Amino acid sequence: MNRDLEAAVDHIVQAFGSDRTRLMDMVIAVQQRFGHIGDEAVQTLAMALGVHAVEIEEMVSFYAFFDRAPRGRNRIRLSKTPISFMKGAKEVAQAFEQALGVKIGETTADGLFTLQWTSDIGLADQEPAALVNGVALSELAPADIPLIVAALRQADVSGALPAYPPHAPDAEKLAKSVIRSSLVQSGPLLSGSPVRAAGLRAALALTPDAVIEQITQSKLRGRGGAGFPTGMKWRLTRKASGIEHYIACNADEGEPGTFKDRLLLLEFPDLVFDGMTLAGYALGARQGLLYLRGEYASMWDALQRVLEERRKDGLLGANVGGKASFDFDIRIQLGAGAYICGEESSLLESLEGKRGSPRDRPPFPTERGYLGQPTAIDNVETLVCAARIMEKGAAWFTGLGTKESSGTKLMCVSGDCARPGVYETPFGITIHELLDLVGAPDAQYVQFSGPSGQAVAPKDFGRRIAYEDLSTGGSTMIFGPERDVLEIALQFADFFVDESCGWCAPCRIGTTLLKQGMEKVVAGRATLSDLASTEALANTVVRMSRCGLGQTAPNPILTTMSSFPELYEARLAAASFEPLVTLVDALREAVKVQGREPVTVDA
Amino acid sequence: MGARSFTFIVDGIEIEAVEGQTILQACDASGIYIPRLCYHPDLAPSGTCRVCTCRSNGRSVAACLTPASRGMVIENDTPLLTADRRALIELLFVEGNHPCPYCEASGDCELQALGYRLGMVAPTQPYQWPDRKIDATHPDIYLDRDRCILCSRCIEASRMEDGKTVFAFEGRGIAMRLNVDAEGGLGDTQMAAVDKAARICPVACIVIKRGSYKVPNGERRFDKAVIGSDIEAKRAGQKL
Repeated sequence: MNRDLEAAVDHIVQAFGSDRTRLMDMVIAVQQRFGHIGDEAVQTLAMALGVHAVEIEEMVSFYAFFDRAPRGRNRIRLSKTPISFMKGAKEVAQAFEQALGVKIGETTADGLFTLQWTSDIGLADQEPAALVNGVALSELAPADIPLIVAALRQADVSGALPAYPPHAPDAEKLAKSVIRSSLVQSGPLLSGSPVRAAGLRAALALTPDAVIEQITQSKLRGRGGAGFPTGMKWRLTRKASGIEHYIACNADEGEPGTFKDRLLLLEFPDLVFDGMTLAGYALGARQGLLYLRGEYASMWDALQRVLEERRKDGLLGANVGGKASFDFDIRIQLGAGAYICGEESSLLESLEGKRGSPRDRPPFPTERGYLGQPTAIDNVETLVCAARIMEKGAAWFTGLGTKESSGTKLMCVSGDCARPGVYETPFGITIHELLDLVGAPDAQYVQFSGPSGQAVAPKDFGRRIAYEDLSTGGSTMIFGPERDVLEIALQFADFFVDESCGWCAPCRIGTTLLKQGMEKVVAGRATLSDLASTEALANTVVRMSRCGLGQTAPNPILTTMSSFPELYEARLAAASFEPLVTLVDALREAVKVQGREPVTVDA
Repeated sequence: MGARSFTFIVDGIEIEAVEGQTILQACDASGIYIPRLCYHPDLAPSGTCRVCTCRSNGRSVAACLTPASRGMVIENDTPLLTADRRALIELLFVEGNHPCPYCEASGDCELQALGYRLGMVAPTQPYQWPDRKIDATHPDIYLDRDRCILCSRCIEASRMEDGKTVFAFEGRGIAMRLNVDAEGGLGDTQMAAVDKAARICPVACIVIKRGSYKVPNGERRFDKAVIGSDIEAKRAGQKL
């Protein structure tokens, strides 16, 4: 065994208190130090933590951002979404391939670069976008690429690995690293430069029960899209018995087309932390956890600075805000590339240093969540709403929106429109009104609430954005008349293949078969019975899957089928049977081995 | 009926359960068979296969994991659920490489037996022909991953029953595989042929060497009786 490696890994394990539940942080640190998690590192981690190597491998191999084998010192990850493709991601990818002399998925011979695709990185309003050593780059053009590659080569003189999470001075050396604000239109929630800790101080002046009562009266519902009443979630968590209670903020904003949480964490971090802290007060929690998706690692330093300032100013730590015996602090947990971790029970598993596979319910996290203790898990936007409600009162909030959907919603708009970005709109507006606002007069297809949501056709643009009609996490991807709806549905199907966790059979296998079925449709080779079989399989996956990912993964196919049946019909094969594989494809391998084409006999 | 027992309804039949029982356990005890694959009575349920999914108040619930509760109304034996379960079995068949005609588990294989019970004729979905590694490094056991259905029984048994943690999953999604706790393969682990983990595989992924074909085809478990008929016999005995 390599003594240096052993000592360094042991040191990392000790830095996190030899606590098995901090394995995410340990693995991130090992990868930062050695570039990958090799067999020796796995053995050393296992030994130091007193677990089996196979358990470490199980966890490490789950996350897209962890590598078991050496890769390039510089990691270039290009955002792969229908929106990025529309905006020129393929041309950017070609420019990188040319500048580096490798194909996507490969590593340069000198070990300097690895180039690859990654799922949506939360910059749908500024595509094509990429993560370079964790630094987010936006609105890339092929002409930028040689400059970026040259800057990376120049920075590599020492041969050391770039810092991760990245530091601002390193980021500034890269072209297009300045992300413009996504906020296009603010409303009551975000306008008027909110005062730090205003909502928190208002909450601390009340009893915890009174805080929960006010949140309940505001009718605040979860902003991730599921719409669970926040007051009820907090009450259940507070009432559940446990040694500790926790508040977890879900900043694993993985739904393609969503980027409001990135905006909130970048521009309104104090509102997020105010919301977490007052939730902690209401629940009886002493610790808050912010689960930050790995794609947002470039925010790490800035968020840590905000937390430091809040500690300095008495807004975290002992006797928060001068409230005797309310001790509370916040830890940020960085993720590592797994969409499933936005599912709340997977998020808990990941927070505990495990694979992000969902848990079965019951028990619900409000009873048994983080480390088996009562835990409330809330979306970033929900907690921002909570902070503003405590500041301005429940009546202010219920005065906005509709009867069942109080307040406003941050809509993330991208695709074929004049002004993409985040719009704060009251609940109850129609899709039509939103499209007018963003400048999309000729939209022919809106993917509403992300790929896990639904495809909406113009005939349904009169529907309202609200929990009582079209519920949403905010993602709104707009496609104009020149776009191929079925090709887009296929790309979403492919996304779910990449992101299925694998635990349950219907989702693990079904997502792959659905993608294959959709490929046949797009190629014009699907027959009527193929379509029926794909639709039946999609419905089986919806009914039989274990968690929300599998239950919604067939939505891009099912909802384009119901919203755009004429497009499927137009693409149907005339034959009553078409094999999945053509004769030419089936023989390709044999032709290669034999080095000759098959003999064909003319009829 | 004691204080901790209650009744609930499965397909119109009232059955008795005690607190702490899952839907599946209570149904087993009452002689009502819910098709299942990854579940094993000696192990904690994992819910990987979803074959035991039932409907409760219009929602899908995994019977192996969901506690039975008073007054619950469960749908189990319906045409739609049978079709969904058959579809799941079919997915598992096309995901791996399952050569029933010459497989040593044929007639003794729970996957195959469920295919017969649920009326699967031939898969309608395309075979995936995955490339999977066979591990013959152990003197007494071989691991034929072609037939692995990722049920997690061996993982659970090795961890909880044998106290060895020989197995775990690796990777995610369709690329997920069964991994062993040694770079050199199963032979370098603490696995022994007498382990629980060596004897609970529902298919023929974990096979004890030199034991195959001792019982001839035609005389194996499911050659003689349909899978689940042992559970259903309890009810028949009660009622008839």
